[in-house]
Amino acid sequence: MVEALNRNQVAWRVANDIDEGAFVNLGVGMPLNVLNYVPEGREIIFHSENGVLGMKPLEEGAEPNLDLINAGKQPISMLPGGAFFHHSDSFAMVRGGHIDVCVLGAYEVGQNGDLANWRLPNTKSAPAVGGAMDLAYGARQVYIMCDHNGRDGAPKIVKQCTLPLTGAKCVTKVFTDIAVIERADDGMVVREMAEGLEFEELQERTGAELRLANDWKTLTAPDIAPPEKRAR
Amino acid sequence: MIDKRVADLAAAVAGIEDGATVLVGGFGDAGVPNDLVQALVEQGAKELTLVGNGAISEVVGHGRLIAEGRVRKFIASFPKGRGSKLFEPGDASESVELEIVPQGTLAERIRAAGAGIPGFYTATAFGTPLAEGKPTMEFDGNQFVLERAIQADVALIKAKTADRWGNLAYTGTARNFNPIMAMAAKRTIAQVSEIIDPDPLDPEYIVTPGIFVERVVAVADDLREEGRQ
Repeated sequence: MVEALNRNQVAWRVANDIDEGAFVNLGVGMPLNVLNYVPEGREIIFHSENGVLGMKPLEEGAEPNLDLINAGKQPISMLPGGAFFHHSDSFAMVRGGHIDVCVLGAYEVGQNGDLANWRLPNTKSAPAVGGAMDLAYGARQVYIMCDHNGRDGAPKIVKQCTLPLTGAKCVTKVFTDIAVIERADDGMVVREMAEGLEFEELQERTGAELRLANDWKTLTAPDIAPPEKRAR
Repeated sequence: MIDKRVADLAAAVAGIEDGATVLVGGFGDAGVPNDLVQALVEQGAKELTLVGNGAISEVVGHGRLIAEGRVRKFIASFPKGRGSKLFEPGDASESVELEIVPQGTLAERIRAAGAGIPGFYTATAFGTPLAEGKPTMEFDGNQFVLERAIQADVALIKAKTADRWGNLAYTGTARNFNPIMAMAAKRTIAQVSEIIDPDPLDPEYIVTPGIFVERVVAVADDLREEGRQ
């Protein structure tokens, strides 16, 4: 039995990978959840593309301020030491290499670090890229948070991306429900695997060629309830 | 005496012509000059090239202009909100030409226009569909894409506080695109919650200096996505 993490546990795992003092941008959707799992006492400064450093989740019961939101348009509040700035400065921070880590979702991650996360085929909806491309090219580390396999079982980490790219060779680390995989110069290296998972099975569930690190660890997280299903 | 205050929203948007390129500030519902947009709808200008991060709905802001059929082309990074049918097949807005730009590139193309820079190179989007057809250049072994400045006729922006000189201060994340849009248009019109008078804004706290602003109009109970606040 493979002990896969739920999405909140993956957010916890990502949060625990981020160093004290880091400047971090969280993509819209699952990655925003990382905010909720910063280890006690570790000071991390979160950047939001719409012009804020030092955001934190709105306290429960607090009155939301319509003019204080994150990139996902959710109300936020501020940590001491935070700042507001305009969009051009915000993306100067991104493009100029000042953001240590960004955490993004993915439709596909290629073996060479290519990322596709902005455009699905056969969708009625207008194309929308937001800040994903700027982050993919500008952030020093690009962390990906995704399910290892889609609902149909298809791997998200593939030999080569087939969807329109967000960024070429930009991904540095992938956090899934069953593994933590790092992109090294010589390919994809498995750093952590879920309890009960054999490397052969992980490779079968992955499109890209993997290598198991000599010092690999078991991927574990504390007991955290999975996210509630959102009504559609 | 310099006085950039105008009496009402109609006076604020007077003279905006058909075919104009119009920058509209805001991100989400924060910092969107919804009242100026509504006044522009009533003023009647059409065939506009609209520039902004994206429309959140058809009810207010960018989406309102689009739903009213006033927009020929929309330059945006995230053109519509989740609940909206804008640009979908069968919707009246289907024929609007869309130019999708990475958000940081959009911001810098606007800033560049205001700073007198006709274009710039960025790594963003290299090797992706959004760089197709654009000239590229290698610097120090890395590849970059040439992006052009977006010159505009008009900027409609929103700030928190103004004085009669057109100096502006903002609040929270309602700042977003507004200060750079103020710089990039021939004519910048600002909607603010309050105009202080006779004392000016404290020079230490001004974000947009009045040099970039032509008209300011005070709207106390501003229009938001969820209605008047």
